[in-house]
Amino acid sequence: MTSPPLIEVEDLRIDLDDRSSHVAAVEGVSFRIDRGETFGLVGESGCGKSITALALIGLLRQPLSIGAGAIRFDGREIQGLASAEQRALRGNRIAMIFQEPMTALNPVSPVGRQIAEMFVLHKGKNWREANQLAVEALASVRVPAPERRVKDYPHQLSGGMRQRVMIAIALACGPDLLIADEPTTALDVTVQAEIIELMRNLCAERGTAILMISHDLGLVANVCRRVAVMYAGRIVEERGSADIFRACAHPYTQGLVDSLPRLGSRAALGRTRLQEIAGVVPAIADFPDGCRFNPRCARATEICRTTAPETTLLGAGGLVRCHHHA
Amino acid sequence: MKLGASFVIGGALFALAIFVGLLAPWLAHTDPVMDANLLNAEEPPSWIWWFGTDAQGRDIYSRVVHGARISLTVGIVSQFVNSVIGVTLGVTAGYWGGWWDDVVNGLTNLMLAIPSLIFALAIMAVLGPGLTSLLIALGLTNWSFTCRIARASTLSLKSQGYVQAARVLGYGDLRIMITQLLPNMLGPIIVIGTLGMGGAVLAEASLSFLGLGIRPPYPSWGSMLSEARDQITTAPWLSIFPGLAIFLTVLGLNLLGDGLRDVLDPQSRSRRT
Repeated sequence: MTSPPLIEVEDLRIDLDDRSSHVAAVEGVSFRIDRGETFGLVGESGCGKSITALALIGLLRQPLSIGAGAIRFDGREIQGLASAEQRALRGNRIAMIFQEPMTALNPVSPVGRQIAEMFVLHKGKNWREANQLAVEALASVRVPAPERRVKDYPHQLSGGMRQRVMIAIALACGPDLLIADEPTTALDVTVQAEIIELMRNLCAERGTAILMISHDLGLVANVCRRVAVMYAGRIVEERGSADIFRACAHPYTQGLVDSLPRLGSRAALGRTRLQEIAGVVPAIADFPDGCRFNPRCARATEICRTTAPETTLLGAGGLVRCHHHA
Repeated sequence: MKLGASFVIGGALFALAIFVGLLAPWLAHTDPVMDANLLNAEEPPSWIWWFGTDAQGRDIYSRVVHGARISLTVGIVSQFVNSVIGVTLGVTAGYWGGWWDDVVNGLTNLMLAIPSLIFALAIMAVLGPGLTSLLIALGLTNWSFTCRIARASTLSLKSQGYVQAARVLGYGDLRIMITQLLPNMLGPIIVIGTLGMGGAVLAEASLSFLGLGIRPPYPSWGSMLSEARDQITTAPWLSIFPGLAIFLTVLGLNLLGDGLRDVLDPQSRSRRT
């Protein structure tokens, strides 16, 4: 286990600079993903998971910027690379799929061409070869009749088909890391299961690591080997996904787990109200002092309101950021 | 697929003008410049002289037919130059923003503030009359609307998912502009281009009328109007027919532009499929 991780994020801070204010939207975020590993990043909207992903591929734009910390891909720091080198990584070794398959495809270009473009761009193929490879790529994501489908425009495909096309584009060049930002949120549940299964199988076959970003703890725990929970710009807990439901340490994670409906719970416990976490996520500009979860936390004491907790290592490779962790 | 009436009528008028221009040597009865014969001077329209003859006895019909070549060349070429300039400036300004955007915006405002005909007049005065200088003058003075549209489209397309996705997938700036931005704004650009072509035909007529465009004896619709000015009461057919040609061509281009707007509208396009 001494080989360098595929991607290593160390103490990342992402600044949000307005003309009037200067705040850290993401702070002290560290994690590592090994080759072929599946890693999940869970949190509510606005907790900083998507901008963390953008930072990984070097695409933060004003007013966001990396304030401190390091992101190393395959042992090389991403911030230090020239923009052409960064561009050669994107799509080729790090690929990404998005939440909205409708808007992530160019409406005026046939899907086959959009897949083929990846081979032309990153692998130096000519259009003839690239079009042939596009048909194969479409077949690999189980699109029926791929040689006819390559000529279709995005609006002629269903949501699930479009997301398959997105996966084909993302995996076209055989990347080492696939970032999946809420890949199934816009799809209905049966299609969601198919897409997740497809993504997981393809990545396992090719040894592609997955960084899955979602607000759905159940989904992420199902797909990923390890899960990190983010709250208000910080990672509050990181666990093997098998442990997270059994013994989560952070009160926020506990709240997330409790707020999931369980099949059969009514028979066992009678008619009960689903647990919720009181309050809302604070806006970036008014993150509280100390532990950022303290205003919503049942275990909060004086120290939580004044001092931000350090990371505590737990058994089995987990870590938590809480003064009163379980 | 149902096309609008304005698209069909406009397209037919424009196609007719192109057809006449292309086949001018075969359609014309006489040579438009050389076949002057003072014995036939100022004949009214008849079976022999369809549109009548001018003071030098030249056949107006033949001159109008040949004039289509010049007017359409000016319309198409100068508007093409305008579109290329406008789209290039607009897309890069919208995409990169910053100081380049300020420069392009300033330039566009400048062009919009000076009446383009006056600007074209000034360029013509420097370059001298003739077809080439006419193309340069009109090609450099009417790109501001195209530029505005291209810049505005770029600004709204830039935040679209697929443009973001292209960046994430490692596309360079130029590739994003060509494959993602340009195809998605082609509809409005073509519409503006068609309308601008009508404008350029009129501008050529105006400049030639003022004596700065195409010089006599070569026939352009504007220069024919200019020559016919003195005889408008005695031989009205001298001005009616070139005027009618300008009117029908510009009308056709404007209808075509309007019709294209409906045809290229993404909403009506998705209804058709």
